[in-house]
Amino acid sequence: MAAKTIEPTRRDFMTITAGAFAAVGAAASLWPFIDQMNPDASALSLASIEVDLAPVQEGQAITVMWRGKPVFIRHRTAEEIEKAKAVSLSELPDPEARNMNLEAGAPANDINRVKDKNEKWLVLIGICTHLGCIPKGQGIADVKGEYGGWFCPCHGSHYDTAGRIRKGPAPRNLDVPPFNFLSETKIKIG
Amino acid sequence: MAHESTYKPGNALSKWFDDRLPVLRLMHDQFGVFPMPRNLNYLWTFGGILTFFLVVQVLSGVVLAMHYVPHESMAFASVEHIMRDVNWGWLLRYMHANGGSMFFLAVYLHIIRGMYYGSYKAPREILWILGVFIFLAMMATAFMGYSLVWGQMSFWAVTVITNLFSSLDAIWSGLGTAIVEWIWGGFAVGNPTLNRLYSLHYLLPFVIFGLVLLHIWALHVPGSNNPTGIEIKTKSDSISFHPYYTVKDGFAMSAFIVLFAFFIFYAPNFLSHPDNYIEADPLVTPPHIVPEWYFLPFYAILRAIPDKLLGVIALFASILLLLFIPWLDTSKVKSARYRPIYKWFFALFVISGLVLGYLGAKAPEGWYLIVGRIATAYYFLHLLVIMPVVGWIEKPTAMPGSITESVLGKGAGGGTPKGAAAAPERR
Ligand code: HEM
Ligand code: FES
Repeated sequence: MAAKTIEPTRRDFMTITAGAFAAVGAAASLWPFIDQMNPDASALSLASIEVDLAPVQEGQAITVMWRGKPVFIRHRTAEEIEKAKAVSLSELPDPEARNMNLEAGAPANDINRVKDKNEKWLVLIGICTHLGCIPKGQGIADVKGEYGGWFCPCHGSHYDTAGRIRKGPAPRNLDVPPFNFLSETKIKIG
Repeated sequence: MAHESTYKPGNALSKWFDDRLPVLRLMHDQFGVFPMPRNLNYLWTFGGILTFFLVVQVLSGVVLAMHYVPHESMAFASVEHIMRDVNWGWLLRYMHANGGSMFFLAVYLHIIRGMYYGSYKAPREILWILGVFIFLAMMATAFMGYSLVWGQMSFWAVTVITNLFSSLDAIWSGLGTAIVEWIWGGFAVGNPTLNRLYSLHYLLPFVIFGLVLLHIWALHVPGSNNPTGIEIKTKSDSISFHPYYTVKDGFAMSAFIVLFAFFIFYAPNFLSHPDNYIEADPLVTPPHIVPEWYFLPFYAILRAIPDKLLGVIALFASILLLLFIPWLDTSKVKSARYRPIYKWFFALFVISGLVLGYLGAKAPEGWYLIVGRIATAYYFLHLLVIMPVVGWIEKPTAMPGSITESVLGKGAGGGTPKGAAAAPERR
């Protein structure tokens, strides 16, 4: 190749501008093709629901759908609350509260798993944190696992009465979705 | 093998055509007189069988698509509509569902053949790598196709498998979740997910078709390997593709189609799961989620590893490592026929795959889990340690001097072999 520097020609200029234009254009038009797959406006607009808790008796549980996911709402008995409170943090595989109403990293005490210290009502996203199955334990006759909360049949994860993972492959406690009490017996999720 | 074209247009019209688009010349050179090793056994017939099943899947798939509705509230019913109302719908669906299984059976035998006879070694590395890509694309296609039925197994297989990506949260918090929601197009598996899986299920077979063309192109540069692993040296080592292998391939294909027909007509649901005849219910997980049989070994590897992220890494590594075996295998000898030590390790490798396939359908507890871990360990040990090390230390057994010698014995040299008088001498 030529050792001395040569003046850039008009063709060099055109090659570089055309190349740069093509590269930037291709990169910019890639994004709409990727982003179209993300949850769309209609999926996002389903983002909040209101639930009437009045018919749910102590010891009962209901499942509602929020953003296409099941949400478990359990009216806990005093006994279940006591059982959850008696557990020390060191016994928990996942010591974080996973409560979207609190700051990330809050400890997983029972009080941090509920909203506004209202320990009667436990509200959880009913999806196993392992690979997404729906744990059993909502029905009266369901198996509830070794810790009396929920049991995921897919690969054997046991959750306690505060929805915390105690045994099995799931890495995290069941998530607590963002919600508010609108009244004593009404909540708004999302 | 790059060689002079021997095509001679038979008449003025084909000459006119050949001067403008020489496809007949291409067919003649690549599938007519193409020189093949004279000693191929029946394990070499699976390439043709695989091509046949790609065509079966595309034809049956395109007609199923005329009746199928990709919507969460109608998909399951439309499959039942195909089964009950559409003329011959039951046959078309059973062809497509069992065709997928036959496709995988053939591809596994094809891969094991290639590994045993060292077909991945120089000069066929690109050919082998294209094969692994085809295998990956087939797995993606079959997974997406299975989801379309929108039964309980479809739905929960999609949920569990797409959730594998959430393990990336362990590397960078939120990354995995973002990817999973991007795949779903929502906050759970739902209608947007079904729609995109359908779009891709329709697309990918044509990508596979393109890869197959490249695969055959890469094959026709060095030509086929053979049971001795010795390349063609003289004319007497080879015979033409047609009629010798068109007939052999055709015979094997017919036998394989009998098996295919057996499943379609006598055991159409034997290879699938009854729970997939229950419509998808996002609120109820079936007690046992099992993938289709052809995914079981990989599912067993996933579950053998107690850590979520490492399990996912092992799952992907178990397939992607195949891309590197041309370099992991250090032996100069291609065919395991002449490799007294490696032969046995290879048998163990195949057994570990079968054991994993068996365990993939069992709950991962007790003995099943322990055996699953041993088989997983062996699978990786074989590829990463045994392949390079045995290649270094092993002393191969005596090999014949040529393909001809392996067939006719020593001193047979060149010349036209007995009983092959019709072998074309046109080259
Ligand atoms: C590489 C080739 C292909 C493979 C391995 C494959 C595999 C599968 C599998 C395993 C199923 C589920 C079958 C069941 O359990 O019912 C399926 C369903 C389906 N496939 Fe394919 N497929 C292929 C090509 C195609 C093509 C080219 C189309 C054309 C659009 C297509 C359209 C469909 C449709 C509409 C369904 C849903 C109906 C049903 O379940 O029978 N497939 N596919
Ligand atoms: S999905 Fe619940 S234990 Fe695996």
